[in-house]
Amino acid sequence: MYILLIIIVAVVVWLVWAYNNFIRKVNRSKEALADIDVQLKRRYDLIPNLINTVKGYAAHESGTLEKVVQARASAMQATAPAEKAEAEKTLASSLKSVFAISEAYPDLKANQNFLALQAELSDTENKIQAARRFYNANVRDLNTAVGSFPGNFIAKQFKFTQMDLFDLEANDVARQNVEVKF
Amino acid sequence: MYAHHDSNIRKTWFLMAVFFVVVIAIGWGFSYFYADPSILYVFVAVSIFMNVLSYWQSDKIVLSMYKAQPVTHESNPALWNIVENLAITAGLPMPKLYIIPESQPNAFATGRNKDHAAVAVTQGLLGILDKNELEGVIAHELSHIGNLDTLVSTVVVVLVGFVTLISDFFLRSRGLGMRSNNDRGGNIQGIFFIVGIVLAILSPIIAVLIQLAISRKREFLADASGALLTRYPAGLASALEKISQYGTMPMQRASNATAHLFIANPFGSTSKKLKGLFMTHPPTEKRVAALREMGK
Repeated sequence: MYILLIIIVAVVVWLVWAYNNFIRKVNRSKEALADIDVQLKRRYDLIPNLINTVKGYAAHESGTLEKVVQARASAMQATAPAEKAEAEKTLASSLKSVFAISEAYPDLKANQNFLALQAELSDTENKIQAARRFYNANVRDLNTAVGSFPGNFIAKQFKFTQMDLFDLEANDVARQNVEVKF
Repeated sequence: MYAHHDSNIRKTWFLMAVFFVVVIAIGWGFSYFYADPSILYVFVAVSIFMNVLSYWQSDKIVLSMYKAQPVTHESNPALWNIVENLAITAGLPMPKLYIIPESQPNAFATGRNKDHAAVAVTQGLLGILDKNELEGVIAHELSHIGNLDTLVSTVVVVLVGFVTLISDFFLRSRGLGMRSNNDRGGNIQGIFFIVGIVLAILSPIIAVLIQLAISRKREFLADASGALLTRYPAGLASALEKISQYGTMPMQRASNATAHLFIANPFGSTSKKLKGLFMTHPPTEKRVAALREMGK
């Protein structure tokens, strides 16, 4: 009788602990995703400045600039991590092409404003990578918990699901700094 | 990433409680001897005050002990960016950043939690390390903050410092007693007795307090989680090698109460004095070997 009672209590305690553990891990992952958004937002805010600066020197490169504007818009609309990562990859590579065309315009390259923006964007790129790695570390934790025995039963019961990694690594372009070698 | 909070918070409570009991016990001994309960009240007040001070202020005390200068984004953007990016990777808020005007390469982290954390590096460290190595060192310090090692180790500075101070005080008061209290012969014996007890109690307690706070495993752990942040264990490994190679001279303001805070022994890597009981850091060769193993 007592043994049965002890077993029931132990199971309940474990259930509560496991449930709270999932909640904690999900919250941490969401928080980390918000941290990435902070850095991405910083990049979105810098891009209009960049476009305006480049326009003044390289007006007939509007095709390249247009691509950046479009990539920015679609990246800002994306919501799911995987979708967002895909859009960010495109944005990063379009930015890279802007810095590539700047090579052809010595006046632009000498512009203080442009140089400052370039440094700022390269720093933001590093910060996005940093925030992304923190997010991935947390999601990996969560996914392990959701996937492994016996927690997976609880996860299924309370609908805790695995989250997507924020992966920019498949496309090598995004991993490089948006920095131009002179 | 979040694993060691609870054990460090427990340790801090334990340290504070032990300190509280020890100081009050000493006060009780005194008030019993002099048959004057007001002495006990003074000791209780002092003990509470020191505990509060150690929790809320010890980071500032440590930083000012080493004359640490605050760093802003404008004054050193390169260092600032390294710390900021690694703090994001570790999921920590940006800590306050300081430079210590010392030529020995060294660094420490302090603060009672991640929102009140500070990282300090010496001028000498910035001089000899390249970017990868500096990132390794900063990541190590940020791991201490993330694990909340900084809480225990900073609180210990004030508490241990104070115990050392009392024991000094007793030693001196014995000297004074011998000179001025000739008319009260009974007191001298009594004071001798108390001093004997105090010293007997204090010295092992100080040792235990330090040992408790600075379990050497902590350094290996911070090395490992630091390497996880940078994904480049070789950076910290070569930084540690350089630090032990250049850091043979002790720091100007090195002290027993703060030695355990630093990434490398502030008394200099060749110092023999701290071997044994008071050795606050595992040997550099072992840490480097562990890091190199990780990099394979």
